[in-house]
Order: sequence, then C-alpha cells, then structure tokens
Amino acid sequence: MAEAPAAEARGVTKRFGARAALRGVDVAVQRGERVALFGPNGSGKTTFLRIIAGLTQPTRGEVRIAGMDYRRGGQALRLRVGVTGHHPYLYDDLTAEENLVFYARMFGVSDPRGRAQAVLEAVGMAQRRRDKVRGLSRGMQQRVALARAMLHDPELLLLDEPDTGLDQEAAGQLGEYLVRGNGEPRAVIMATHDLRLGLRLCQRYVMLLGGRIAAGGSMAGLDADALEQAYAAATFQAGQQGRPAQRGQA
Amino acid sequence: MSKDTGPGAPRVRYAQQLGALLWKDLAIELRTRDTIAAMLVFGVLSLTVFNFAFELRAESLVLVAPGVLWVAVLFAGTLGLGRAYSHERERGSLEGLLLCPVDHSAIYLAKLLANLAYLALAEAVLLPVFDAFFGVEALQPGVVAVILLGTVGFASVGTVFGAMAVQTRAREVMLPILLLPVLVPVIIGSVKATGILLDGRPWSDTWVWVNLLIVFDVVYVAASFALYEYVLEDWG
Repeated sequence: MAEAPAAEARGVTKRFGARAALRGVDVAVQRGERVALFGPNGSGKTTFLRIIAGLTQPTRGEVRIAGMDYRRGGQALRLRVGVTGHHPYLYDDLTAEENLVFYARMFGVSDPRGRAQAVLEAVGMAQRRRDKVRGLSRGMQQRVALARAMLHDPELLLLDEPDTGLDQEAAGQLGEYLVRGNGEPRAVIMATHDLRLGLRLCQRYVMLLGGRIAAGGSMAGLDADALEQAYAAATFQAGQQGRPAQRGQA
Repeated sequence: MSKDTGPGAPRVRYAQQLGALLWKDLAIELRTRDTIAAMLVFGVLSLTVFNFAFELRAESLVLVAPGVLWVAVLFAGTLGLGRAYSHERERGSLEGLLLCPVDHSAIYLAKLLANLAYLALAEAVLLPVFDAFFGVEALQPGVVAVILLGTVGFASVGTVFGAMAVQTRAREVMLPILLLPVLVPVIIGSVKATGILLDGRPWSDTWVWVNLLIVFDVVYVAASFALYEYVLEDWG
C-alpha cells in the first residue's frame, strides 16, 4: 500500500464572513517533498498554512497529516508538525534558551536543555542564547523561531515567509533546516513572496490567487526567469478573467 | 534527539507540561512584576479611598467593612486576571502553545494556579492594610479561609473569562462585564461569611455561606475545565 502523503488538503474552503479566503484547494505533499506556496498578498497562503497547522478550522473540506484527520489525530499529530508563522511564538521576557527549553518540555523532548542548545547552534544563535528575546533583532528572533519549529525534529515543516528579517547568510542556511536529525528530508510547505528562494529550496510550486490554485508544477527545468514569467502569466490571466483562476489540482 | 514516546503513541507527560507552563508564567511575572504591582497598587488605593470616604463609626463598621474588603480584592483581582493573557496575546504565543501536543486542561490549570498565586499574594498585602485602616481583626484563620475559598471561585471563572476577553477589542471592559455577574453567588457568600467572622460570631454561624462557597467553587472549577477547550478553539 502506498504511503500516505505528509500533508493532504482536499477541497479546503475557508470563509471569513462573506469573504472566501480559500476556495476548494486540493494539495498533497508527499513525505520528504518540498513545496513552495506563491501568491500575492491576500491570496490565501497564510490561511492555508494555518489550516494545515490545525490553528484554523476549514469551513469545508478535509485535512490529513500522514493520513490522519487532524480532529482525530490530536496531540500525536502535533509531534509531526513544526510551524513558523508571522508571530515568532516566543516570550519576550524569557531568554532564547529559556524559550526553547520551555517548548522542548512541551513537546516531551528527552533532553530539553541539550536539544535547545543544539538547535540554537544550528541557527547561529548559541552566543546570544542568554539574551532575552525582547533584546534580539527581528532577524535573530526569526532564527530562534526557526529553532523552535525544529526542536522536536518534525516530519513536516510549515514555513510562512521564513526569510523575513533574515540576513543573507541566515537566509542562505535555510536549506540546512529542511533535513531531519536522521538525515531524511522533511516535507515542507513554504509560503513566500521570494520566487528565487522557493526555486532554490523547493521541488514543486503551487500558486494561489484569490484563494484558488492558479498554477502549479515541478520546479525541475525552471529557472528564476521562467518562474517569474509563470507567476506574471497566472496573475495576468486571473486579472483578465476578472476573477481568480479555476480550481486546480496540485 | 529523542522524544518521550512510547511504542506508537506519544507519551508527553501532563505533569511535566503543567510544570513548564507554570514555571513560564511565574518566571515572566517575577521579571516584569506587571501583574502583581498593578494589583497591589490598585488594591491599596481602593482601601485608602474607602477609608477616607466612609469615615466609619464602630456600629456601622461591621456592616460595611466586609464589602469594602471584597470590593478591593475584586478590583485588584480583575485587573490581574485581565493581564494574565497579555503575554500570550502580544506575541501570538498562545498559538505556539496550541501547536504543542498539550492537553488544554494543562494550560488552564497552569493559568489558574498562577492567578491563584498572584491573588493570594495581593490578599496577603491587602489584609493587614485593611486591618490597619478599619481597625477590625481581619487577620484571623476563619477570615483567611473564607478569602481563600472566595478566591478559588473568583480565579477559576476569571481564568476562563480572561481568555475570552483578551480576544476582544474592548478587553479591559469586557472582563468585568463577563465576570462580575457570574461571580454574584461567590461575592455574596464571601461578604456574608467575612461579616459574620468580623462581627466576632462563631465559625459555625458561617456554615451556610461557606457551604455555598464550596459548592460554587466545585461547580465553577469543573465548568471552567470543560469550557476552556472551547474558548481556546476560537483563539486566533
């Protein structure tokens, strides 16, 4: 029997009152596969990631993580997923290390302090581990947030604009975080406006426009220019039609 | 790196998570002192205002003093409960907790225990001040027991409503509007029992009110545990 996808969304629709943020989105991400989520502001990328993370319930449709329904999988599924969002999910008045030790305990990591130090070193924050988060720059906070998402070595990583605030060196190291402790690649869904970052890190892309999938496909054979052209064409086509592109399968 | 996992299912320990959550809240409060300082200043100021406003004579003292004490505790406590979720709100940290494999009752219990600690500390300061201002013997075991019973009911409901109120735009206004009507039985029981004890009457005279407090404490704690799950579902 084929292995269940790391994450699967079927017909996911999300409405906020009269406004539909997502309209029947189907995405399946295989284990170890890295998918970039492109789209302009308000296209539904963050809403989609929040639904996959279990932070928001879809109005319609189904989400499965490793073949399990989120509503039934509960706490076991949380161990499989790591998330970075628009918020760093850190406490300003705790140090970087204290934040990570706290979250490691919440995830039941066996050596919280050791693991916190290891991931802080991985993101280049070991020297600043005793600094309160309040005193760290935006980019440093983002590094600690990335470390927090990796603490429990998740199989699936959901990254919402992970390069926000990062300097070039840190952004260049993002690829290192996409491999698990045992050397296996993580499954990744990464929302980003940076097409080149998506091209560098991901194997496939999904383009959202107006809450629908407008385009998608493999990154193989694409260079940055071709990807930018595909992005522009999808945006133009949606604009010409006066409505978002048709529902698609990715 | 390994996780505390059993064969097939994760075994993340409730007590360990509860301890981590409580440590986090207390560590932040010890560093910032935001909640405790606000509660103490507001509570002492309330007692000071009442002291000068009423200029109580001996015969009216026992009638008014229990109400004064509880109004000060409720004012200070409501202020503290309103701040209990400010750290979670400001940085989206409660969403970070919801992403953890944690039973929501552990989040509630940790917040409740932290709130009880802040309230107990505030009351430990307010009682001697009340004693000094009004010249009543408030520092007696019976009064302390009644205050603790009232505080459990107050904090259990306040911890849930604090989570609801902080999600609204008018959060400072919303908490007392939600909280005080529900607390009426606890307030009445606490004020009546405190009044009996300050009047010098025996502890046995308070039983009706103490029983009322115990019943409502049990009901409120149980209902709060059950409700908290739904409150967190709506977060974000």
